[in-house]
Amino acid sequence: MTLTILCALPLVGALVTLLTPAGGGRPKQIALAFSLLALIQGIIVAARFDKGERGFQMTEDVTWIKAFGAHYALGVDGLGLLMVLLTVALVPIVLVAAWRDTTRSSFFAWVLALEGFSLVVFTATDVLLFYVVFEATLIPAYFLIGGFGREGRSWAALKFLMYQLGGGLVLLAGVIALYVESAQTGGGPSYLITDLQKLDLSTDIERWIFIAFFVAFMVKAPLFPLHTWLADTTEKATPATSVLLVCILDKIGTFGMLRFCLGLFPNASQWATPVVVTLALISIVYGAFLAIGQDDLLRLVGLTSLSHFGFITLGIFVFTSQGGSGAILYMINHGVATAGLFLAVGFLLRRHGTVRISELRGQERMTPVLAGLFLVAGLATLGLPGLSQFVSEILVLIGAFDYHWWVGAVAVTGIVLAAVYVLWAYQRVFTGPGGDPAVSPAEIPVVRDLDRREVGVLAPLVVALVLFGFVPGPLLDVANPTISALMEHAGVSDDAPVVAGGK
Amino acid sequence: MNFTQPHIEYAQLWPLFVVFGVACAGVLVEAFVPRQNRYLTQIGLTVVGLVVALAGTVYVGVNLDALQGARGLVGAEGALAVDGPSVYLWGLVLVCAIGGALLFAERRVEGGVTVFAGQAAALPGTTAEREASTRGLEHTEVYPLLLFAVFGMMLFPAANDLIMLFAALEVLSLPLYLLCGLARRRRLLSQEAALKYFLLGAFSSGFFLYGLALVYGYAGTMQFSGIAAAVQGDWANHSLLLIGVGMMSVGLLFKVGAVPFHSWTPDVYQGAPTAVTAFMSAATKIAAFGAFLRLFYVAFGADRWSWQPMLWVVAILTMIVGAVVAVVQTDVKRMLAYSSIAHTGFLLTGLLGVQAAGDLGKGEISSLEAVLFYLTTYGLAIVGSFALVSVVRDAGGETSRFAAWAGLGRRAPLTAAVFAYFLLSMAGIPLTAGFIGKWAVFSVALSAGAWPVVIVAIASSIVAVFFYVRFILLMFFTDRETEGAAAVTAASPLTTGVIAVTAIATLVLGIVPGPVLDLVHHAGSFIR
Repeated sequence: MTLTILCALPLVGALVTLLTPAGGGRPKQIALAFSLLALIQGIIVAARFDKGERGFQMTEDVTWIKAFGAHYALGVDGLGLLMVLLTVALVPIVLVAAWRDTTRSSFFAWVLALEGFSLVVFTATDVLLFYVVFEATLIPAYFLIGGFGREGRSWAALKFLMYQLGGGLVLLAGVIALYVESAQTGGGPSYLITDLQKLDLSTDIERWIFIAFFVAFMVKAPLFPLHTWLADTTEKATPATSVLLVCILDKIGTFGMLRFCLGLFPNASQWATPVVVTLALISIVYGAFLAIGQDDLLRLVGLTSLSHFGFITLGIFVFTSQGGSGAILYMINHGVATAGLFLAVGFLLRRHGTVRISELRGQERMTPVLAGLFLVAGLATLGLPGLSQFVSEILVLIGAFDYHWWVGAVAVTGIVLAAVYVLWAYQRVFTGPGGDPAVSPAEIPVVRDLDRREVGVLAPLVVALVLFGFVPGPLLDVANPTISALMEHAGVSDDAPVVAGGK
Repeated sequence: MNFTQPHIEYAQLWPLFVVFGVACAGVLVEAFVPRQNRYLTQIGLTVVGLVVALAGTVYVGVNLDALQGARGLVGAEGALAVDGPSVYLWGLVLVCAIGGALLFAERRVEGGVTVFAGQAAALPGTTAEREASTRGLEHTEVYPLLLFAVFGMMLFPAANDLIMLFAALEVLSLPLYLLCGLARRRRLLSQEAALKYFLLGAFSSGFFLYGLALVYGYAGTMQFSGIAAAVQGDWANHSLLLIGVGMMSVGLLFKVGAVPFHSWTPDVYQGAPTAVTAFMSAATKIAAFGAFLRLFYVAFGADRWSWQPMLWVVAILTMIVGAVVAVVQTDVKRMLAYSSIAHTGFLLTGLLGVQAAGDLGKGEISSLEAVLFYLTTYGLAIVGSFALVSVVRDAGGETSRFAAWAGLGRRAPLTAAVFAYFLLSMAGIPLTAGFIGKWAVFSVALSAGAWPVVIVAIASSIVAVFFYVRFILLMFFTDRETEGAAAVTAASPLTTGVIAVTAIATLVLGIVPGPVLDLVHHAGSFIR
């Protein structure tokens, strides 16, 4: 029941928030309370989690639709636990960050609904249940983008939804094909991951189903060439929504690659490696160049994620323990760092009504705290040693060099380009003389620095970046068993990365 | 010459006779009850009759197990088959009919009169029409007409010989032609729709009858079981059979609104009174697909290699045309009409996924189950959405232009949200009944090896999602106020009840479809 409670808390919270009258009630406070309850429940799950064990833990299994072989089955492994923790930790932060953005209770309700569905996604151990919530997350996301945010948001929402539902329908074909294969076996149809792993798929069918799954996750993650929704969405949505989309929802893509592509179709995954690695490399380099060329900071941050998702996918598909564990770590660290960037840019947007780089300069003088926190998150994004993303990037790069030297070589350029897009943007926006270049210095309005609420939002993220930069051990310990199980399933053997214990 | 009295299995067939009897009583009511009392009398009679028939259907269904031998029997001298699928379809038709009857009875949205023309015989725009309108005349004949159509719709999927099949087709069609032309507002459009429907329908019935004659010529019998034996034995000229099957398909494909026999659908759905559209878009499709399934599975099942390719082509065309043309519509009712064409394509995808029982895995869902479930989900969503369309109005009555619906999400959030939910169900988004239905029909088609059809189905689903979602966008995220914006009229509990029940059922079926899937599974297969 632990996991059911975990997933149900935000969903119940969403309903309660929605039904609270906007005038007298306190929808924000209620939503925050529910998200904190979910955080506590997430910590309880983490406390009960046994790192030594490989399979799913805290499992629940109830037959849901007998004719389809579908089960309401939940469980967490190391990967699932880390994603759950990322989700429950980010949502309260996002809620506080959006505290003054809107007075409509529906925003807070949709955020909680999105959290609830995402938690089911990360804990589902049944493919149909996964698919249902995978698609269900899009409805809150659609209303968050379309209902709030900047001018032009409704078309951005439509574009977002069309891409995602398109990918989802391709996934549906794969899910149905799995059913057909599973029904032909003696035991009757079953959608449980543990049953599906035992299926003996023919090579061709395994490859086709793999492609269906991979395309859907490629839209979600996103990878080149299915990434074009990303920049438009992050530009038009509120920064808080973007955090939820990029830092939590998009992780479903890479999560799905690990859980389903590698977990269910190991042979087809290895067969597809050359193409996937190529796409990942293109995403890394192309995403970085796109980011460099952006004038809108929200678009820029969105496109840096394209580059980062390239890294994560690369780590997953090089089929080494370093790469895999690095990818899982990367998912967490990218979530934290990018959330920091999006929220910092959001605070900038609140102050100026624009985040166009060409219209901003010299912000450092007026808002030093904001500039500093933006810089820390930015430095984490570019992989500065001592901040968390460095560890994961190194692990992925080791895996990449193991795979082939030129893959590693191309991937390294991504780090160099990251330094360009972060530092150049910082230089243009925050350094130099203050104010709008078109306005004379006397007319510059006074801009306040971050208040306590805003610092409180960014502080936990920065602490996490530093903490996991120096002590990545606990994360690796949780991630390693999942990866070694996957590698074993795929027939690859090597040693998992460990943090050397100094004496 | 001896005359043998036909043996009728009243114990199993009585729900049919209830509907027919009440319909006849309704005609007598028109003749003998004073005008001011007719409205209440007719509604009471109709609803009670339908509910009794529904209860009877459930009773018959429960007692099917008690019959000797197979679950079901071929009754009425071989003309009707009462088995699991027929009883399920009867129930479905009756549920839609009850919904339809309640919508027919709605008076509040039109300011105290029903949505039907005061006097159908009065020409539009004449003094006679104005007079009928000022005197507050109403056509209460619509209730018996509805019941006759329902009777035909119940006969149609149960028909077990060719003559009964044709008779049922006509019995269900003729009242519908009439009902389509009875709109109170926009009467010319309504009459045009009725005429179009009638002419094309009559034409397609001609094809159907001709094909029927050829099949009789091939098999030498009207009975489905006899035809099945002839097809299996391949006794006679195979071309005769193929032409016959083809021509009968024309008639059936016309009724279900499949491409290339779909062109009546948008005009009729738009022109007919919305209550009639709600009823017939659901119930006609349910009945026609029931008959389609029985005819093709029972009578022509042995020759499925011949007709499956034809259905592949029709299904692919139907899905593509329905989804693509819906994108460019600017009228809600026409958009729903084209979407219903696309749904016909999805249903055909399920229908062509038929496999021999031995080829199915243990516990695998069969194509009959998939189609029956899809019909359920589709029927609920379409009745609900048209009922909802009927309460969104402006000064000139019902308005279905897109422009009028823009921003409805702000003016009437609940109504818009429910409509959005119906659209999402039709789009097949998870947590709606539509998703489960779509999953079922796609999986049976894939299991039967029809992967090209499934790929087209997925592709056209993506196109379909686009126009549904764009409409949700129009309702919720349009900032500009437009000229002649529609508002939601407070409807009586009749309409709101129908909307609420269908919406809740769509939600429940989307989350716990198990019981209904068990029911369709329990319906078993056709009796031969």
